[in-house]
Order: sequence, then structure tokens, then C-alpha cells
Amino acid sequence: MSIVTDATTYDCRQAFADELIRLAEADERIVAVCNDSVGSSNLVGFRERFPHRLINVGIAEQDLVGVGAGLANGGKIPFVSAAAPFLTGRALEQIKADAAYSNTHVVLCGQSPGMAYGELGPTHHSIEDLSWMRAVADLPVVVPADPEQTRAAVRWAAANPGPSYLRIPRFKVPAVTPPDAPFGPGIANTLTDGDDVTVIAVGTLVSRALAAAERLRAEGIGVRVINMPFVDPLDVDVVLAAARETRGIVTAEEATVSGGLGAAVASLVVAESPVRMRILGVPGVFAPTGSAEFLLEHFGLTTDGIVAAARELLGHGLHS
Amino acid sequence: MLVADPPLAAEYRDLRVRLADATVQEKVAELQKISLAVRRSVVEMIATAKLGHIGGDFSVTDILVTCFAGVLNLDPTRPLREDRDRFVLSKGHCAASLYSTLAYCGFFPRSELATFMAPLSALNGHPNRVKVPGVETNSGPLGHGFPVATGAALAAKLDGASWRTVVVLGDGEMQEGSNWEAAMTASHYELANLTAIVDRNRLQQGARTEDTKSLEPFGDKWRSFGWELREVDGHDHAALLQALEPSTTGKPVAIVAHTIKGKGVSFMEDRVEWHHKVPSPEQVRAALEELR
Repeated sequence: MSIVTDATTYDCRQAFADELIRLAEADERIVAVCNDSVGSSNLVGFRERFPHRLINVGIAEQDLVGVGAGLANGGKIPFVSAAAPFLTGRALEQIKADAAYSNTHVVLCGQSPGMAYGELGPTHHSIEDLSWMRAVADLPVVVPADPEQTRAAVRWAAANPGPSYLRIPRFKVPAVTPPDAPFGPGIANTLTDGDDVTVIAVGTLVSRALAAAERLRAEGIGVRVINMPFVDPLDVDVVLAAARETRGIVTAEEATVSGGLGAAVASLVVAESPVRMRILGVPGVFAPTGSAEFLLEHFGLTTDGIVAAARELLGHGLHS
Repeated sequence: MLVADPPLAAEYRDLRVRLADATVQEKVAELQKISLAVRRSVVEMIATAKLGHIGGDFSVTDILVTCFAGVLNLDPTRPLREDRDRFVLSKGHCAASLYSTLAYCGFFPRSELATFMAPLSALNGHPNRVKVPGVETNSGPLGHGFPVATGAALAAKLDGASWRTVVVLGDGEMQEGSNWEAAMTASHYELANLTAIVDRNRLQQGARTEDTKSLEPFGDKWRSFGWELREVDGHDHAALLQALEPSTTGKPVAIVAHTIKGKGVSFMEDRVEWHHKVPSPEQVRAALEELR
């Protein structure tokens, strides 16, 4: 597969909204449920098109998820949408009991995840959501990397009869998904081949991983870049092949290192095929104030940061 | 998943046909008979499991039996029929009385009740919809069932469907904020097809509700949240049948059902320690004697 990224960036939130409306045109079971977040969940267009199918429960996240589960019980396919930190944090037990443990067809849509609300401070940063959602059994956790994958995630979640968590990026990002790339639980996209080191990334970090691979290739280092939209369930075969065929794995995610993508990959390889790893993310601290871009730089979640981590794994760290 | 017991399901259908044409006195007599049988099996289940919430099971029994045997449109052989009425037990710790009621209504064989909370039994300590027919959502942690029931009622309203949703809440459970979030959502969306029944036994796990975090004026709270309020004796089947009639105001209906925790067994009634105390063999004999 070739790299398809280019300098143009695209809006995943718009892709989410457009795809949801497109599906809702064809399937009247689809409803949107939000918590006074019509604008921030990008549901203005949905409300205009389907005013009665947009349920706004007000500022009440526990009710939000419970009502979503009840709508599913009544035969609807609810897309339950709210800012990711509040959806996953305030309604964590409802997500566990009403959506996942009850096995209801509720699509949980975490908007503006990671550092998207950088300046608003750690209350509004959604860096724990991947860990929390991964910890819930029978709940697929999906982190699309670009608009194409966001549309694929919405389509998949609408068709999959169980619950799921979709993490909808706020940033504009380059296109990274090859045409006709397969999408589903346990399926990763290998974007570049390479035998020296593997970079596994999700969401906003995928395009940075591709840029890092290009830089390292210029130095003669072959990098295998894997986009892993399903943080749970992982693509086990792709991870284990990377562990066996390359000399180390770097993971990169806009989330805390406590329990997210890196932890998932680490717990797999340590049991099956131990390999050196570097886990890039937020290192167990509350972030300072600053823009999203500033915070990503601050925590080394950049092309430079990925390059440095890969070099270090290969023992090049002292010579660069 | 457990499956329906065909003879019991047939018995249940016959009962519903019989009750449809019966006088109130005849209905009440049937419901009382079932309630007594349900209470007896709850005693046996909890004594065998050596776990359970017998006090709340007994306060809610007459409500459950009235709903399942007297009111709800359900088919035990097709528990997921799309146009079924939805019943949610939000106070999920009272699973024993729900399971017993479901078994007496044919949703699964009564013999399964003996496995209550045993290893690998379908009958968890709290209701599970994947394992037990007749359970609409998993419950146990408090403050969950009401929002789910609200969502179900909303789905029916969006479709213009005629099925109804009933949710049973504990009074102590009303200390959970999520319930009041749901109360606001239901009245905002004018869900006249939703009925919330509060098992108002005035006791919670540790003490009286009014000594823990007071609920009164409880009826006023419901009215002020936009609900049609009905207050009844929660052990009076005739009163419950009447209170479960459809909304007359276009508003969702709240039934505050005044009950007695431990109802039916004199030494358990209105005593906080019977929230989840397990009866001794002598107490089991005495309880079953009172429940004849």
C-alpha cells in the first residue's frame, strides 16, 4: 500500500455529520441523542433534516447514555454524542451497565477527544477515555484517523448490532487511508513497509507517524507504519508480525499512557513475542494550559518525537 | 439464555384470558394467590443461596405480580416481540422477586429458581437481559433503570406505537441524581406512555430514608417535575390495577406505592436489618408458615 497523505487537511467532524445524515436518510431507526451539544456534536444539519429524531436530554450525561440504551431497546439505533471527557467520564457506569453489559446497539460518539480543548484545561482534556473504554468488556473502541475512516466507522457502528465507542477527532487531518482499505474489528492498516522499526499510531498521530517514517527512510531506516483504528479489539496478527519482524515498536496516541493503545500493544507482545517498545502519550500527568498543538509538542506527540523514539529504540539515540 | 416453559406459558395465557373478563374481586384473588407463591419461593431461593435482599423483595412483590399477571402485554414464548410492553426493575437488587414472578408467568421453568446465585446460574444476583427472558436491561447499580425506561418510552412515541413502559424504582434509589435527570426528560418529551412506580417502603440499606436523606414532600417533587401523581397502598392489588390505568393528563404517571419492607412475614416487616439478612432454618419455617 502506498502513502496517500498530502498537505491538504480534512474535517473529521464534518465527515461524521455527513455520514450520519446519509445513513439516517436510508434507515429511519437512526436517531441522534445529545446533551445540549447540538453544535459541538456537529448535529445542526441532522436536526434540520430530522428534527424529531434529534433527542436533546439537556446537561445530563448519565441520562444521556441510559436514554440511548432505552431507545435501542425500543428498536432505534441511537448515536449518543457528547464531548468525550464527559460522555466517558460522567457516564462510565451507564456505558458499562446499560450499553455494554446489556449488549445494546448504542453508538457512543466521543467528540473533541484528546487535547482538542487544550486551553480549557485538564477537566476538558479527554486523555483517559481510551483507557476507560478499553477496560469495559464487549465494547469495541474505535479511533478513526481521517475523514474516510470516520465515515467507515460510522457505517460500521450503525450496522454492528452491539455497542461501540467512536472517538471523533476535532482537528483537521491529512488523508491517510488508502482507497478500499478494509475496516472492522481487529483490522489494522499497514501504511508503509519496513523491517527496522514499527510505529503503531491512532487518530491524529497517524499522519505524524507517516512523516516520521519519511524522515527516517532518508537516513536508511525502514519504518513500518500501522494505523490501528480499533484500539479494542487490536489486530493481533499485525502486532505480532511487527514484533517478530522488526527490532522494536513505537506506539503513539493522543491519550494517557496508562491503559490506552500502547498498553494494549505492550500487554500483547510481552506475552507472545517480547520486543523493545516506546509508548508515546501523556505520561501520567495533568497537562498545563495551552493550545492543542502546543500540548502535543509539549508531550513530544510530534513527528520529531516519533523520530527520536524510533532512533532510540534502534540504539541511534546517542549519535543523532 | 433461559427459555420459556411451554406449560407455564400456556397457564399464564389462560390466566390473562380469565382475568380479562373477571370482576375486580376475582382478579385480586388470583393476584394474591400468585403473590403468596412468589413470596414463598423467594424465601426458599434466599435460604438456599444464603444471599439476597428479602426485605425489598417482599415490599415490591405485589407490584411485580400486578404488573406481570394483571397489566402488561407480554408473551413468555416470544419475550422480545417488538410490540411487547417494556418492564424495567430499576431496583435490581430485588432480583429474586422478579425472577420468581417471571417463572410463575412462564418465562422460564420454576425449577431454575433453585439455582439463584449458584455458580454459572443464569439467575445472577442482579437481573441480566442477555440471560433471562423478560429482563429488558441489566440493573443493580441504582439510578440506571429510569433513564433506560425513558428512552424506551421515547422510542415508542417516535414510532407512534401503542406499547407502554413501566419502571419500578426503590424510594432510597430516588437519592440518585440520574433519576431526576430522567424525570425531567420524560416530562419534557410528554411521555404519557411511561409509568414510574416507586416502592415507597421508607427504608434503605442502612436506615430510614427520611433519616438518611429525606425525600418528603415526595409527591410534590413528582408533581413539580411535571408528572401526574397517583398514590396507592402498594400491597392492594385493586388499587395498583387502577393506578396502572393509562395517563389521563398527557403527562407521564408516577405511582408512589406505599409499602412495607418485609411485607408478609411479621418478624421482617419494617425492620431495617432485613434489607439483606438471610433467614435461619427456623426463621424459614416460620416465614413459610405465615405465607401459607
